Amino acid sequence: MRLVLRGITKRFGSVVANDSISLTVEPGEIHCLLGENGAGKSTLMNVLYGLYKADEGEIELDGVVQHFSGPGDAMAAGIGMVHQHFMLIPVFTVAENVMLGNESTGFAGSLDVQAARARVTEISDRFGFHVKPDAVVEDLPVGVQQRVEIIKALSRDAELLVFDEPTAVLTPQETDELMDIMRQLREAGKAIVFITHKLREVREVADRITVVRHGRIVGEADPKASNAELASMMVGRPVELVVHKEEPTLGADALVVKDLRVVDAAGVTQVDGISFTIRAGEVLAVAGVQGNGQTELTEALLGLQDDVSGSIVLDGVELVGRSTRRILDSGVGFIPEDRQVDGLVPNFTIAENLMLNRSFKSPFVRNGSLRIGALREFAQKKLQEYDVRARDIDSLAGNLSGGNQQKVVVARELSRDLRLLVAAQPTRGVDVGSIEFIHKQIVATRDSGIPVLVVSTELDEVVALADRIMVLYRGQVVGIVPADTPRETLGLMMTGERPDDVKDVVA
Amino acid sequence: MSDADKPRPDEKPVDAGDTVTEERPQDAETTDDSRSRSLLREIASGNALAGVLAVVLAVLVGSVMIAATDETVRETAGYVTARPSDFFNAVWEAVSGAYNAMFRGAIFNNLVDDPARQWRPLTETLKYAGPLILGGLGVGIAFRAAMFNIGGRGQMIIGGGAAAWVGFRFEGLPTIIHLPLAIVVGMVFGALWGGIAGLLKARTGAHEVIVTIMLNYVGYYLVFWALTKDWLLATPGSVNPKSPPMQESAILPRVLGDQFNLHLGFVLALVAVGVVWWVINRSTLGYRIRAVGENPHAARASGINVGWIYTVVMLIAGALLGLAGVNQVLGTVTSGVSTDIDAGIGFDAITVALLGRSRPLGILAAGLLFGAFKAGGFTMQAQENISVDLVLVVQSLIVLFLAAPPLVRAIFRLPAQEAK
Amino acid sequence: MSTATDQPTPESGGLAPDTVVVPTKRSGSRKLPIILGVLAVGLAIVLLTAGRSGDTTFRLATDTDFAGLPDIVVPSAATAWLMIVVCLALTAEAVRRMLAHVAQPMWIPVGFAAAWMVGFLSWAAADGRILVVSLLGGAIALAVPLVFGALGGVLGERAGVVNIAIDGQLLLGAFAAAITASLTGSPWAGLVAAGLAGALVALVLGLFAITYFVDQVIVGVVLNVLVVGLTNFMFRQVLTPNAASLNSPDRFPRVPIPVLGEIPLVGPIFFRQTAVVYVLYVIVALVAWALYRTRWGLRVRAVGEHPKAADTVGIKVNRTRYRTILLAGAIAGLGGAYFSLVSVAGFNREMTGGAGYIALAAVIFGKWDPIRATLAALLFGFASNLQGVLSVLGSPVPSQFMLMLPYVITIFAVAGLVGRSRPPAADGVPYKQQ
Repeated sequence: MRLVLRGITKRFGSVVANDSISLTVEPGEIHCLLGENGAGKSTLMNVLYGLYKADEGEIELDGVVQHFSGPGDAMAAGIGMVHQHFMLIPVFTVAENVMLGNESTGFAGSLDVQAARARVTEISDRFGFHVKPDAVVEDLPVGVQQRVEIIKALSRDAELLVFDEPTAVLTPQETDELMDIMRQLREAGKAIVFITHKLREVREVADRITVVRHGRIVGEADPKASNAELASMMVGRPVELVVHKEEPTLGADALVVKDLRVVDAAGVTQVDGISFTIRAGEVLAVAGVQGNGQTELTEALLGLQDDVSGSIVLDGVELVGRSTRRILDSGVGFIPEDRQVDGLVPNFTIAENLMLNRSFKSPFVRNGSLRIGALREFAQKKLQEYDVRARDIDSLAGNLSGGNQQKVVVARELSRDLRLLVAAQPTRGVDVGSIEFIHKQIVATRDSGIPVLVVSTELDEVVALADRIMVLYRGQVVGIVPADTPRETLGLMMTGERPDDVKDVVA
Repeated sequence: MSDADKPRPDEKPVDAGDTVTEERPQDAETTDDSRSRSLLREIASGNALAGVLAVVLAVLVGSVMIAATDETVRETAGYVTARPSDFFNAVWEAVSGAYNAMFRGAIFNNLVDDPARQWRPLTETLKYAGPLILGGLGVGIAFRAAMFNIGGRGQMIIGGGAAAWVGFRFEGLPTIIHLPLAIVVGMVFGALWGGIAGLLKARTGAHEVIVTIMLNYVGYYLVFWALTKDWLLATPGSVNPKSPPMQESAILPRVLGDQFNLHLGFVLALVAVGVVWWVINRSTLGYRIRAVGENPHAARASGINVGWIYTVVMLIAGALLGLAGVNQVLGTVTSGVSTDIDAGIGFDAITVALLGRSRPLGILAAGLLFGAFKAGGFTMQAQENISVDLVLVVQSLIVLFLAAPPLVRAIFRLPAQEAK
Repeated sequence: MSTATDQPTPESGGLAPDTVVVPTKRSGSRKLPIILGVLAVGLAIVLLTAGRSGDTTFRLATDTDFAGLPDIVVPSAATAWLMIVVCLALTAEAVRRMLAHVAQPMWIPVGFAAAWMVGFLSWAAADGRILVVSLLGGAIALAVPLVFGALGGVLGERAGVVNIAIDGQLLLGAFAAAITASLTGSPWAGLVAAGLAGALVALVLGLFAITYFVDQVIVGVVLNVLVVGLTNFMFRQVLTPNAASLNSPDRFPRVPIPVLGEIPLVGPIFFRQTAVVYVLYVIVALVAWALYRTRWGLRVRAVGEHPKAADTVGIKVNRTRYRTILLAGAIAGLGGAYFSLVSVAGFNREMTGGAGYIALAAVIFGKWDPIRATLAALLFGFASNLQGVLSVLGSPVPSQFMLMLPYVITIFAVAGLVGRSRPPAADGVPYKQQ
């Protein structure tokens, strides 16, 4: 099926998310949409899928102009979508998920579950997916859940498949498998739109690349182009893919973690006997695919996990068993992986957010009452110091862009007296300008002699910031390796394999 | 819950880079009153107007109900085409009669000459407003921690029951000891009853809406049972489920002399407004309560003990509702406690808190308005034979209309909010 | 702008347990043996401290039985102790299964409950008679509005709309039933009117909760108050002055079903009831079947679990929710007719007595499942009927504590002490389309 988008424009209030985008996707090709977070790729696909209504422009399939009033219409026209956040119902079985909205029924609307099972098995066998129709979705690994999404699309005879950032949650191995599936679908004559911001993946599978920036198409790129070329097209100026930093001035061992074990609320061991040390003035970066214990590791450091054993010693003080409040008081700074959830109160002003973890004792508190004047003065100063672009300190944090929100979090944490900084996904969903700013701040923190733990699922970020790299897989340390370890080796380690020639480095 | 399910307070479809986006829908704005928001802006954006219109709309519906159930109106409606003026006169008579009676009962009685008797209705309004304000504060402060306290009834009954026990059982104590003791005991028991819901939420995640609803009934039956036991609340030798009357030394004194029923309870309510205002807006505890209410995840990651805040808030809420119960038992109905001592205030308090937008000063205003409705409603029932339950209808309609400004705007064909 | 709706309400919006709270560790299998043990020992202590002698008569037949069963006369103390032994044996089995990490089958708690109840009754009714048929049949009758209400609650919440307004739906149903039946002379017309009235309340709930995104719990609570005010007002202004024409409906008569009604024990309990009860049987079966076995049910559940996912496969989320809660409201409304057309003839102020809140409790205790919620409602009906029976027998348990039981059980249930309940994931969360 041939897709033509003509002059699609979509606005949210005064923000133009898609500005007159035109695009053609041929059957039997993998067409890659490359762009930064927030460039408008997902918005465009949601327009195509009938979730948003375009303000201008038209969608044409095989020469026929379409008018979608909802996803149902788009699906009926042969468009299938594999969403970034899976659109599966966790408590339903695979078969129920696949048939939903497309049910075959018998007497009085009763479900024909048998037919759905057969359909799942048939598609699963055809593409070698190994998906069981009666499995409950929430019990399946993410990679398999994604295949269920694909089956869902294929069971409706989709001819055009859209993959929206499909690799964010996959291991490198699962990513490879997904690439194979995409190629297989291409051979079967499907048209494929692949949305991503990861350069490597683009170069691996794309037949054509369209680069999107600030809601506009900035041009086509050659799949053989270099990373640097693609990146500068994506961002609109030459990008430094490396962070400039001096050799570390290492001090004494500051954070010593031994045999750390974390069991989550569901009884699953998420961190399984991790030991490592960070010295003063050093950045240890944790690499790994999302969901391999990084979240639980950082939360255990902050006292946010309940079932923790082993020991975490910061400057001679044991942190395990301490409350979050006492850990914060002992000088741990925390940039949480999801600022909207753990980092900010969106309905508080910038000023109020700046005292979030300082409501017990700080310059802003006296005898149980707030010192509003002192807080405002402080906020005014930080607003400038950290280049937070907001109307004033009374703006609500929730109204700021992702980058500015993150700057508020960074400002709050770095303006405390720190002995350790834990930065989880410090630049997720943040624009390139803010990324550079935040990276500089993290390096400056390290240079001031504070140990830093950075956790990131972006290998580029890990490599850019790390003095040493710790690779996690299924809650265990695969190895702690030098920052200049080849990417291929790191990628392999992220799948749990450990090449023989890799040597651990000790702090 | 897995990470993926965590609620994202504000998922924007686009991230517009470095620009400051103030695109959020208006209704997502905060209720924080520490922020200066100019009255002008509020009126300009049509909100104050929407509030006024909500009241107007509710009163209009009330008028229709009065007219539709009036005998004369229905008789004249039979020949409305022949003599429409009769019909409209009858409607006017019925509606204006009702609202006049309400005014005479709630604010100023122009049918009598004595100034004291003329202004007596206003003091009645204040008397009814006292427990409504206290209850509204109890529901409102829980709202600030994102907790919905539907347990006002139970907290009032338990608090009132405990205060009554102290109030009639201890004889011979001087007022200066007896009254404060009874008040404190009532507040403590109310606090404990509310605290159960907070503690259960903190420890087990039990939803406070369900727990407080259930505790209303448990509390009711508990006091009912206590009213059958001589060593608790029963009046010896009586089969009536009612306690003996309060001792003189435990009764809230009248503040304007004996010709007015207004008692110290209203003053306590005013003090509570001030204290709660300070706690919410100026204290660190209030800051933490608001943080937990707006985003418990971030609060927890910032070292705030979320479970403790849930418990403390429900203790405070329970104490305020306990005080509302005390207000009834030791002030308004001193002849003894029974299971209907809450007089519907536990649920009225929810509407008061909603109308007052959980802000202490708003609750004060809403409590006064609904107190006036109540005082006026009784007069309306007595003089015009229109059921006081009309007040309940108008009250809940105001809250419903206020909750959905787009609806009110649609009814009055006001421009949509988007155009700023 | 701030309105009554933008209070910080529970951030998940609905009744889903809060994530911030530390979830209790997985010890579900340990709870059952502990609870059983405590109950068994508790009964034994009651027997030891307040032992009673004499015989207890269990009367299984009714006077009109075709083939009557004989009365069963047992010695009170011995029977009670025997039942305690049975209870302890079942507890031991539960402990064995816990230690062996084997799942606990349903027959353990069910058997325990039966044995415990027989033991308790033979103690409580020493030297007296237990009319088994009226105890159980009466329980069903008392449970009728609770089951209707609970089904309405289950349906709404499975579609993602929290229905706190069950009480309002019952009350307006009762009101509409009384007037309509009086005017038409037909209780069946009253029943239909009750359903329509319940749907009307649901429509208002939907308007605010679905269309205007007002917090569903708030709307529900306020609607209950509104309906109380409305019906009280109309009762005083209109029904009381015109009682003869507007508030004197015919009651539904008791209609024994031929053959089925003649089965010993079962017949008199289940099949000598009013038509409303038979309607209920049909509705329970239909709802349970439709929710799990039909396209409609699959879509309703999808919308309640993950509305966005449902939207992406072309299901109109809010339309589905509207339809479901209208149906749910209608079913709850039917329950209202029980009060004014079965229990007594005619409407009275606040005559539901908070039954809607017990129905809500049954929804939660029944884990949002139609059959379980029905059973929970029956249990609550049994508790309140037992209270009546015991107060006649003059048993030493204060009736207020029996009446408290449903509420206390529900508190335990939501606190996770009697098995964790998991509400639909999107329960109470409005769905906003872009």
